[in-house]
Amino acid sequence: MDSSFSDSRSFEATNLSCIRDDRILFEGLNFKLNNHQVLLLEGKNGCGKTSLLRIICGFREQDEGEMFWCDTALKESEYYSEMAYVGHLDGVKQELTVLENLKMSLALSRPGDYSIEQVLDKVHLAGYDDSLVQSLSAGQKRRLSLARLLITKNSLWILDEPFTSIDKQGIKLIESLMHEHVSNGGMIILTSHHDLVLHEADVQKIDLSACH
Amino acid sequence: MSLVSAFFAIIRRDLILAFRRRAEIANPIFFFIIVVTLFPLGVGANPKLLQAMAPGIIWVSALLAVMLSLDSLFRSDFDDGSLEQMLLSSHPLTVLVFAKIIAHWMVTGLPLLVVAPLLAIFLGLPEQALGTLLLTLVLATPVLSLIGSIGVSLTVGLRRGGMIISLLVLPLYIPVLIFASNAVEMAGNGLAVDAQINILIAIFFMSAVLAPLPAAAALKMSVN
Repeated sequence: MDSSFSDSRSFEATNLSCIRDDRILFEGLNFKLNNHQVLLLEGKNGCGKTSLLRIICGFREQDEGEMFWCDTALKESEYYSEMAYVGHLDGVKQELTVLENLKMSLALSRPGDYSIEQVLDKVHLAGYDDSLVQSLSAGQKRRLSLARLLITKNSLWILDEPFTSIDKQGIKLIESLMHEHVSNGGMIILTSHHDLVLHEADVQKIDLSACH
Repeated sequence: MSLVSAFFAIIRRDLILAFRRRAEIANPIFFFIIVVTLFPLGVGANPKLLQAMAPGIIWVSALLAVMLSLDSLFRSDFDDGSLEQMLLSSHPLTVLVFAKIIAHWMVTGLPLLVVAPLLAIFLGLPEQALGTLLLTLVLATPVLSLIGSIGVSLTVGLRRGGMIISLLVLPLYIPVLIFASNAVEMAGNGLAVDAQINILIAIFFMSAVLAPLPAAAALKMSVN
């Protein structure tokens, strides 16, 4: 992963706002994320963290504002081949095996630098290749959906509460994966209630509760 | 990976899933068989009557059987987040949706092709109409999946979309029903059916080209 993201990438949002049921969740939100940077969204429940992530993913239309990938409007850029999202839903099929799920993710995206075996090893799921996902525990499923980030090539990770249902060891593991991604030039936008330990990383924090 | 391999990967995945959820897949085909066999019990075993009604019975049952299975087209993908991942793919969603529709037809439409001729003989449909029945099924069951995909993608975000799907989709199925059952009936009477078949071919191509577009657009709205 030495020269993965040597080109400079950036994600910029200007003047974003989101209104839900006549309630302003946030407005006038500006941020810019460059290589090696992490954006941590904070705020109490219901303040619009997930809505913001879904706007960034393009699932939801923002009520105001614009977003740019490498200074080009999102829809006209290469954005969707450069990003990966792990949300509340795992995005894996219960009736498929671990291997079949990962192959499907690969088919929908560009292959990254790691092989499937290497990735399974990294997320401590080695040996589970042919297990059906429905037989995995919640934490294992979570790690499988995070494995998707590694087998595909993407510079921006968008993570919604990545530490849900993951044990202490798993949290360390994810932090080290995130650290590796960032030090290779990747970017991460995430929400988390867990105190993030990312040494040496350039972490920006936005408190959405204060964005009215 | 390329669009072509993504296309086939989706078909392959959906077929594997169908195979592992056999009970769910067997439902529409059993429904079809049961509905068709109930008719002789309901209207009486009068061979003349059954023979006259056979094309209609078979086509109405096929239509309802496909409609029953529509919900499974996007439901599980919507519930487990696979649909979100498809939306985020750099491949056009229209093509991925088209792959899903093809897989859906292979598990619901194709079995109907095998069972329908048997049930047609059972209802006393003249032998000369069997070829036409098969031809109309080949042409029109994909149309049922294609048009149905628009209805399900609009309602997949609703918890109880079942009733709305039938209201949305059944009116659009009516042309298929009219031309297909009419063709089978005419063939049974030894008449030419070129006109009906040509119209079914036209409907087939039109829906193959046009249906995945609104379906993909509606899915994007449903996910939001």
